[in-house]
Amino acid sequence: MTEILLLLIATVLVNNFVLVQFLGLCPFMGVSGKLETAIGMSAATTFVLTLASVCSYLVNHYILIPLDLMALRTLSFILVIAVVVQFTEMVVHKASPTLYRLLGIFLPLITTNCAVLGVALLNISEQHNFVQSIFYGLGAAIGFSLVLILFSAIRERIAAADVPVAFRGAAIGMITAGLMSLAFMGFTGLVS
Amino acid sequence: MIWLTGIITLAIMALVFGLILGFAAVRFKVEGDPLVDQIDEVLPQTQCGQCGYPGCRPYAEAIANGDDINKCPPGGEATIQKLADITGREAKPLDAAHGVEDTKKVAYIREDECIGCMKCIQACPVDAIIGATRQMHTIIADECTGCDLCVEPCPVDCIDMIPVEAKTERWRWDLNSIPITVVNTVEAKTAAAKNEQEQP
Amino acid sequence: MSQHNPVKLWRFHGGVHPPERKELANSTAIRSLPLPTVLYIPLRQHIGVSGNVCVKPGDRVLRGQALTEPGVYGGLPVHAPTSGIVGEVIEHPSNHPSQLPEPVLPISPDGQHEAMSFQALTDAMSLSPLKLIQHLHNSGVAGLGGAGFPTAQKLSQARNIELLIINGVECEPYIVSDDRLMREHAEGIIRGVTLLQHILQHEQQQPEAIIAVEDNKPEAISALRAALGETHSNIRVQVIPTLYPSGGEKQLIQILTGKQVPVRGYPADIGILMQNVGTAFAIAAAVDKGEPFMERVVTLTGEAFQQPGTAWVLLGTPIQHLLECGELNPSEQQRIIVGGPMMGYTVADPLTPIIKTTNCILAPTAVELPAAENESPCIRCGMCEQVCPASLLPQQLQWLAKAKDHEGLAKHNLADCIECGACAYVCPSEIPLVHYYRKAKAEMREERIEQQKSEIARLRFEARQERLEREKIERQERHKKAAEAREKALAAREKQAASDDTTPAADKGASDPIKAALARAKAKRALQQEQQQEAQQPAPAATDIDPQKARVAAAIARAKAKREAMAAEASNAAKTEQPGDNNES
Repeated sequence: MTEILLLLIATVLVNNFVLVQFLGLCPFMGVSGKLETAIGMSAATTFVLTLASVCSYLVNHYILIPLDLMALRTLSFILVIAVVVQFTEMVVHKASPTLYRLLGIFLPLITTNCAVLGVALLNISEQHNFVQSIFYGLGAAIGFSLVLILFSAIRERIAAADVPVAFRGAAIGMITAGLMSLAFMGFTGLVS
Repeated sequence: MIWLTGIITLAIMALVFGLILGFAAVRFKVEGDPLVDQIDEVLPQTQCGQCGYPGCRPYAEAIANGDDINKCPPGGEATIQKLADITGREAKPLDAAHGVEDTKKVAYIREDECIGCMKCIQACPVDAIIGATRQMHTIIADECTGCDLCVEPCPVDCIDMIPVEAKTERWRWDLNSIPITVVNTVEAKTAAAKNEQEQP
Repeated sequence: MSQHNPVKLWRFHGGVHPPERKELANSTAIRSLPLPTVLYIPLRQHIGVSGNVCVKPGDRVLRGQALTEPGVYGGLPVHAPTSGIVGEVIEHPSNHPSQLPEPVLPISPDGQHEAMSFQALTDAMSLSPLKLIQHLHNSGVAGLGGAGFPTAQKLSQARNIELLIINGVECEPYIVSDDRLMREHAEGIIRGVTLLQHILQHEQQQPEAIIAVEDNKPEAISALRAALGETHSNIRVQVIPTLYPSGGEKQLIQILTGKQVPVRGYPADIGILMQNVGTAFAIAAAVDKGEPFMERVVTLTGEAFQQPGTAWVLLGTPIQHLLECGELNPSEQQRIIVGGPMMGYTVADPLTPIIKTTNCILAPTAVELPAAENESPCIRCGMCEQVCPASLLPQQLQWLAKAKDHEGLAKHNLADCIECGACAYVCPSEIPLVHYYRKAKAEMREERIEQQKSEIARLRFEARQERLEREKIERQERHKKAAEAREKALAAREKQAASDDTTPAADKGASDPIKAALARAKAKRALQQEQQQEAQQPAPAATDIDPQKARVAAAIARAKAKREAMAAEASNAAKTEQPGDNNES
């Protein structure tokens, strides 16, 4: 139990996938304009990450290792992730056409989100068991969601603020992200 | 032989996943395109035709198919901005070829000259003109959208477009529009005296 | 007298302590002013549509005579405050920040101040609340606290009121109208309160009444307490600490009861009704003396006045008259503010009339109240949030208003802003915050109205399309039926012709009418064709046709000529652009 908790803290805060490991920056910068869109994106990515983490663990453990096909790991993981994302896209399109339109191209781009593939591969390299894989994926998703929502809330305020012309848009966004990253790096050493 | 195993495994996985996706595609099918409805709601509904389309709904459909969003003068800058938000395209300035943004106007029929020909009634897209053949025609000012379509057909040219009157409850707190800004007490004394003389 | 048990008071969030500056005008009694040379009575001084004018230009009216009938949606009648000659309705700058023209009825006082005979309501406490409300409506009584809501409408819409609050707080600096009224006319106010309690009773229970006064008005408090005596057990005077804006309706309710009025709701929703002391006094005058609402106490204050104080001012008095009576010593760029320094607005036309809601004319010197002109950028100090009585985020509202983010403004509850000015008062960057909010509110309101209008236009358009479709289908049906009928008739006739020899006389008669009808139709068509040919000839001389047709023909010809001229102009313009550019200098 403590082990799971520590794993979660480590994934969400200390080794935050976006701000400390710098994975998954594309949707982080692209979808953080409005809070509703960010929440929608977080939900979609959480779903994808957890499901992809579990499926890739199963594929690795029950298909690749018995058949000695570890070389095809990356390929099959991409396949799994693509399928999960496609499925998620269909669900979102049905459940909320508005969100589907707001997310636009970024929904299928979750496929190429390096955080998703990263989680899948890191599960293997860290030699997590099944339960740990689930929580690793979940923790990564929570960390991603936390940072994305915080960042979009800040960006909404910045949009109304008096930013110098040269800095408006992505530039001030990058600076803000850098400052957030500095803040999150303060968690280093919290969990050894 | 390992590569054969690999290819077969991948192929089987792809097949299985493909079947799952195909099944899901049928299960989660989505009908219709609400985008056109959303665009139509933002357009001002004057049905004036200045965008080049016969009404606001055809223009909404055209925008959904890729047409420019800056063709609507009655909507003005505000509408272009909203369309940009909905369609995700960039907000361009109003295309001058389709007209310029003007103050809101309402049509007015000079009743002395009306001949009761029904041509303006047939032209009005929102039925804001009351009248019958050889009876007086008049405009319902509250329903008139200022689209200008009734002016052309009138054979006696008796329709004017007059700007909407400003009222205190609809004032937009535009402090620069108030004529005087400083009390001129000397002027006031003479004005008051003059007013008193003019009263019976 | 004083309470036996200490009463609990609550606090609202924020609030500021601007310098009170009441001593400028509160030491002299309310005075009467000489009659002005002209009165401009606005026909509409509050919500609702104004009624029809019931006097003609040139009529002599008496003081108290009704000038308009009550209008729809609660529109109140207006009355002549003095005797004089009525003029024609004119458009005159309104007593509003925009100074947009509104219809106004001018009266030239004749100096005699002759009143009509007033009909007091005797034994008012035995009359039904409905009768009293009707009387107040016809007397033109409106809320004197600032919004000028028709009192009769407010009272008739109130249900199950358990607490009546009489607002004598007068928290805005400089203004002392209510203070002097309470000091000099406490009995009248108490009488108004008892009348209100009678009107608001339900199930034989009268609501409890609290008269709230700030602690910077000790004389008013003792005057009220003395007038109250021991007789009225369900009215009490409550002293509250001086804090701006304690006099705001929602804030005062929170101070006295700890309850908050629900967002976009009314105090009546939680069983509370609030009226200004001035309104209570006007109610008493209307009932006990039969006097319609014709004059009110106005504070004349500010260091530019050499005779500041309070005065009974007739409604419709031009501000110019008050400036003279107060002996204004105008400086350069002198500002005249209607209302107080926090919530008032500047007017520039000195002929602007006093209306029912005007409680103060403030004429400050430039040193006393410098105009706020040095707006600097927001430094995010957060002082505004600390003082907002509605618990809003003025700083964020300001950012959103400047960015025109209407969605964000709605989420941050801009609609709950009471425009008290406390945030602008404390802002170190001198940002005119309330102005931004007013502008944003107006823009959001306009957008909402446009949205509704375009929705209605769309529905009308679609209904019209349906109607045209329907008419087309009906027309086609009719044509089809007519064609079928024609064919049937033809077939029947041919059958008749075939069996003509064997038909008895009766049948012959049946076919004859058809033949006769056909012959008639043919003749008619021939006649029509003839007429058409005649009409196609050019319009005959005007002499032999009736003048209406001549006018029509002339107008059509005019319009045609105008169109041809415009077309010629357009083609000329096109032609002159074509030839070579070497002609241009």
